[in-house]
Amino acid sequence: MADTTVTETAEGSPPPDGWSGVVADISSDQRAFKNVPWGKAMMWIFLLSDTFIFSCFLLSYMMVRNSTTIPWPNPSEIFALSFGGEPIPLILIAIMTFILITSSGTMALAVNYGYRRNRKVTAALLIATALLGASFVGMQAFEWTKLIVEEGVRPWSNPFGAPQFGAIFFMITGFHGTHVSIGVIFLFIIARKTWRGDFDTGKRGFFTSRKSDYEAVEIMGLYWHFVDLVWVFIFAFFYLW
Amino acid sequence: MAHAEGQQHPLGVYFKIWILLFVLSTMSYLVDYFHVESYLRWTLILIFMILKAGLIVAVFMHMMWERLAIVYAILLPPLAILVFVLLMTIESDYTFFTRGIFLGAGAG
Repeated sequence: MADTTVTETAEGSPPPDGWSGVVADISSDQRAFKNVPWGKAMMWIFLLSDTFIFSCFLLSYMMVRNSTTIPWPNPSEIFALSFGGEPIPLILIAIMTFILITSSGTMALAVNYGYRRNRKVTAALLIATALLGASFVGMQAFEWTKLIVEEGVRPWSNPFGAPQFGAIFFMITGFHGTHVSIGVIFLFIIARKTWRGDFDTGKRGFFTSRKSDYEAVEIMGLYWHFVDLVWVFIFAFFYLW
Repeated sequence: MAHAEGQQHPLGVYFKIWILLFVLSTMSYLVDYFHVESYLRWTLILIFMILKAGLIVAVFMHMMWERLAIVYAILLPPLAILVFVLLMTIESDYTFFTRGIFLGAGAG
């Protein structure tokens, strides 16, 4: 708590905490979200809207699975892989989960080193995050190929059970994979800007003309952690349930 | 216009949460690996899921260090989804029983 410095108060004294703080912030007649740059606030609001999108997907999945009279396919067996022996259940998905968590860790460290103004370490950690994200997408592509080509899973039918399985699987993991891919692209862009020193010199962005700052790394981080967050829910509800 | 200082915390916090996330993921994977079934399975999955999501939002996304105004603005609206879950559960149960009556068990 003590780490957060509060700025822009009328008297220079820190604003109140708790509920009276909420009331004071929102009624402050300037910016409601103290200590939060507008870019970060906008990213949070975008993530809130994305939360609703993924919630609708998972809800439609719940509804479809709950209302079908045909048994739902068992993901534990479908996503098993054998390395020259007995198939290990769900192992591919477990590896993907660990990769995404690792990338979330490197991202968190990148944000931290960014605010320490350590340009090189930040850029290296961002690249590491992007590479881990890319390998996640690669494994997802492998998973899709295996299901489509070898198992014959289609959005309208599959050999395992309820035909809706394919539609739900492609929609949810496809949308999540798209988010990861976009994140990887943005990670490379932010890593390049970091490496070039844009955030140290305060170079103006070519699109917004705003001064570049290390808060861009934190905003990137929010998006990346959100992608990991969504995977937590997909892993629990779609793969494990 | 003064700029708010960024989030700055000791590195150890991130490493601890990182390890916790690994442990929690392993445990939720083991739920499947050891074929824990039915209510125990669903309870464990939900507990591990909520713990992981909470750690990511609170520490990695720095929510625990933000002021309450933005915490409430972002975290309260998703609670409306719980109402949606309830409605859709009722609706899908109804669909399931209707299919049972008119299509017979086994028919799609």
